[in-house]
Amino acid sequence: MTPRSRLHIPYPPARPGDKPDFSYVQISPPGAVPRPEAKVPVRDIESLAGQMVRVLGDDSKAVGPWNPHLDPQELQVGLRHMLMTRLFDDRMQRMQRQGRMSFYMKSTGEEAVAVAAGMALLPGDMLFPSYRVQGLQVVRGRSLVDLMCQCLSNTHDMCKGRQMPVMYHWAAGNIFSISGNLATQFPQAVGWAMAAAIKGEDRVAATWIGEGSSAEADFHHAMTFAQVYRAPVILNVVNNQWAISTFQGFAGGEVQTFARRGPGYGMPGIRVDGNDFLAVYAVTQWAAERARQSGGPTLIEHVTYRAAAHSTSDDPSRYRPKEEWKAWPLGDPVDRLKQHLIALGEWSEERHTALEKELEAHVTACWKEAASYGTLTEGPQLDPATMFEDVYKEMPQHLVRERQQLLDLLQRQPAPGSQEQRELDQQTRSMAKEG
Amino acid sequence: MAHMNMVQALNSAMDIMLDRDPRVVVFGEDVGYFGGVFRVTDGLQRKYGEHRVLDTPIAEGGIVAAAIGMGVNGLKPVAEIQFADYIYPAFDQVVSELARLRYRTAGEFSAPVTIRTPCGGGIRGGQTHSQSPEGIFTHVCGIKVVMPCTPYDAKGLLISSIEGDDPVVFFEPKRIYNGPFDGDPHKPAVPWSAHPGGAVPEGYYTVPIGRAQIVRPGSDVTVLAYGTMVHVAEAAVRVAGVDAEIVDVRTLAPLDTDTICSSVNKTGRCVVVHEATRFSGYGAELVATVQEECFWHLEAPIQRVTGWDTPYPHAFEWEYFPGPARIAAALKSVMEAA
Repeated sequence: MTPRSRLHIPYPPARPGDKPDFSYVQISPPGAVPRPEAKVPVRDIESLAGQMVRVLGDDSKAVGPWNPHLDPQELQVGLRHMLMTRLFDDRMQRMQRQGRMSFYMKSTGEEAVAVAAGMALLPGDMLFPSYRVQGLQVVRGRSLVDLMCQCLSNTHDMCKGRQMPVMYHWAAGNIFSISGNLATQFPQAVGWAMAAAIKGEDRVAATWIGEGSSAEADFHHAMTFAQVYRAPVILNVVNNQWAISTFQGFAGGEVQTFARRGPGYGMPGIRVDGNDFLAVYAVTQWAAERARQSGGPTLIEHVTYRAAAHSTSDDPSRYRPKEEWKAWPLGDPVDRLKQHLIALGEWSEERHTALEKELEAHVTACWKEAASYGTLTEGPQLDPATMFEDVYKEMPQHLVRERQQLLDLLQRQPAPGSQEQRELDQQTRSMAKEG
Repeated sequence: MAHMNMVQALNSAMDIMLDRDPRVVVFGEDVGYFGGVFRVTDGLQRKYGEHRVLDTPIAEGGIVAAAIGMGVNGLKPVAEIQFADYIYPAFDQVVSELARLRYRTAGEFSAPVTIRTPCGGGIRGGQTHSQSPEGIFTHVCGIKVVMPCTPYDAKGLLISSIEGDDPVVFFEPKRIYNGPFDGDPHKPAVPWSAHPGGAVPEGYYTVPIGRAQIVRPGSDVTVLAYGTMVHVAEAAVRVAGVDAEIVDVRTLAPLDTDTICSSVNKTGRCVVVHEATRFSGYGAELVATVQEECFWHLEAPIQRVTGWDTPYPHAFEWEYFPGPARIAAALKSVMEAA
């Protein structure tokens, strides 16, 4: 028979109605992966890309060389941030369902990826997030009211109503603007890190994308630039198994880990249990230390599971088993850290319930305040005339004209002495001169 | 005749072409098993198998480049870019490669690729799920650019696009996937079954590329529109109470200059409407064409009604959208000028 080629079509181990099957996820025992010095050559640590760094065992004890030996107080802070992120997500999803906002994206099940990494970095380090690492905002101390106001596109929205929900930014907190276009932030973070090195600053950039969008060319731009210049940057691939309906095999994860792309480019690649708070903390700390010592970039693959739908516009029951998360072998990051603290004697079910109650009340209070600044359907609304601002630093004449057309349409005059009135006057003067 | 919404009509076009022509392949992000985030490819993978209806990695540049390679090797690829706002990573492959392959090889190589992509606002998509970038593509020589405004045209034009030998960027106005939209978001949704354009034959037919369509005959003024804005223009004409002739441009490149210019020569007035931004928008091409061909028949300056020259703001969707009030004002203004 004449040989002929046939395409391989990736197929996930389970679709709706099938029994969940995660046998494809290669898992190393807790504590089994050695921790190298931060500046060892890449060729000596290539195996990190194929194993899985884990610290928390099934017995909830922290073991092995990657144990970051954090104080119980710090662990409690981490638990608090993760729980806050989860409760915030739950509330926002409910509010979207009630029609109070247009859209939302939860990070349920992936809280450790953001929170532990955020805590392992310094406040001056710059974060270039994807749309599913809201835990970073919580770690950096952004008020939930600010986040909610953005989601509501209301009068206190940091984006002035210009972005869809969850596309936050926070210059003062060193968190870059989130884009609705995938992977664009990955090479931008590299550029930021190059600038830090050019300016002689001791600051690191960190960035996150999903495994799905690691197929975009921007991923490869980031890898090449980061390695060519040994930029002080941490490149995180959050492998949550699902990119909307396509499983991670469609991004190239079937026969090779995402972390292995690191050594392919000449940089360390570390694969980590993304639901293990301590492990994520430890590998981030290692990569940051390496970057600060001019050791260049690290690619970290966080193995986790997208427990929620892709977004409020998505229905995962159409493409994956309903109960798949329950079968996920790496568990729930919040529960695992909670059990660890209990095993240390530094936490209890009672304290946990009390914390949940406290945070729930906090989220409720924040929501009340945020909603008082307006929602999609009620309360104060942003001024539509502001949509013409910030297209350019100085508003060009054609935008001044268009804004006036909108005001005429809304039958509204600029307030005397307002910025609108000043720009209009200026235009009238310059038109008079031209005439 | 069956009734279909635009999603079903597009699905039917691909179904028919997959069935008729073994060279046709359909692919894109979430297109296969899931059937597309807007369900346009629903059921096609089940029917034709995963070697003809493929899910792809998230890489728009890769999707278009692979489509070119497949097209060069004898297939007829129909590639979906999930949102027109996501098409830019593929820009180099469209502009430098797909559009020019026939030209630079003096006809030895070409790639008959159809790129389908949902465009336009009105779904609270913010600046990354609302854009109308058609003018960026009509500026490129070597690709055809199509935007239907009814399920009937969507199916017929998509079949023509797939059958043709030239590459096509096929824009699907997502606001009218499920029903015509007259520009008033507060009215209850109207289904396509209540609109004549929703009557769609089950089988094969084509709507030719390169032909505009007069959707409302009139004598006072010509309105040039396409996509969602055809329906908004119809509502505006009712509001303004003028006897306007509405021309659905339908295929933006190549442009049916004859239909457009005979209409303007007859009416002597013209209003151009699109949802995309104004500055260097496709409307500028329409205005220039009308000015060149119809100058001596014009009784008033041509007006453009478009999206403002800002990114599409999430919170101010309806202040941004060039709705019936703005179109009606332009209609009145061209009627008063003389």
